[in-house]
Amino acid sequence: MTTNEDRQAALLDALPAVTEAELRTLRERLAEAAGAGGILDVAYRTLDTPVGSLLLAATERGLVRVAYDSQGHEQVLAGLAAAISPRILQAPRRLDPAARELDEYFSGRRRAFDLELDLSLATGFRRVVLGCLPGIAYGRTASYGAVAAAAGSPRAVRAVGTACATNPLPVVVPCHRVVRADGSADRYLGGPAAKRLLLNLETA
Amino acid sequence: MTGKQPFAVVVADHGVTVLRVCRAVVGGGDADDAWSETFLAALRAYPQLPDDANVEAWLVTIAHRKAIDITRAAARRAVPVADVPERPSAQRADGRDLDLPAALAALPRKQRAAVAYHYLAGLPYHDVAAVIGGSADAARRSAADGIAGLRKTYATAAGPEGEEQ
Repeated sequence: MTTNEDRQAALLDALPAVTEAELRTLRERLAEAAGAGGILDVAYRTLDTPVGSLLLAATERGLVRVAYDSQGHEQVLAGLAAAISPRILQAPRRLDPAARELDEYFSGRRRAFDLELDLSLATGFRRVVLGCLPGIAYGRTASYGAVAAAAGSPRAVRAVGTACATNPLPVVVPCHRVVRADGSADRYLGGPAAKRLLLNLETA
Repeated sequence: MTGKQPFAVVVADHGVTVLRVCRAVVGGGDADDAWSETFLAALRAYPQLPDDANVEAWLVTIAHRKAIDITRAAARRAVPVADVPERPSAQRADGRDLDLPAALAALPRKQRAAVAYHYLAGLPYHDVAAVIGGSADAARRSAADGIAGLRKTYATAAGPEGEEQ
């Protein structure tokens, strides 16, 4: 803009400012209307937990993604835009059941999750592996080899490791209960400290 | 695979600008509805938007259509007596000047739109013309006439006449 343009634009600076509260109200209304209109493909919120801020995202079919802070929430949302749909809004209401159950889990009052899950981000053998994980009881662990056997491919130990490392629903689908054959809690997509915290929580 | 950002990012990046535009074009009372309808329509169409589209110009185009709808609906609702807007702040103590939102509201619709889309949304006149119709030169004249009109009714220290207070 020319200087003259700047001066004319400055004339409009006297318009009332838009406040954060006004915007929040508008965003909430938009999320409600989008959900009611069936055009909110992915709703998300964050939840503060003992393992840090978790991103929770759900499609109309169910919980589709849980992500640790260390995985980069913005990156994860960008990935959801590419893999599922860019119609993504912060809309806590759809995540109310998941947030409530996770709160109960972290306070030791819940041992199993009773949530609709959308496993569309996992395909093929990875999805088979994820389907086996809820079979590992709360407070117990299983080796990668045992999970491979349960998934019907005893030799696919490494593929089980990959399935756990790419689990789109950590904590809820308990890949943290899969450990090395010597029982040590090793690598984890949320970091080894988070894995130990979850296992300790479950044996407390 | 699409390169599009989550729509939440679009709202975060452009929500303020679109609300300022809506306030300027339809006035304070209907601006929230115009904003909501704009972003709802945008969300619906977002997957089909080309990845390289100018998102702000696209949002302004939608807002412009919603503003026309809302203005027409308001005109249909209007009862002659209730039609006279009650704006206690419109007339300032010196009896000459409107406050800025009222001064904007008093502009002809095309001038108001040209001022909002160019000066608030930052669209070049070529894009403003694409939204409101006509040529880029006509859009430039509308915006200039609008600014001149504001200067007449709204006293400001920013004016070239230097009306310091």
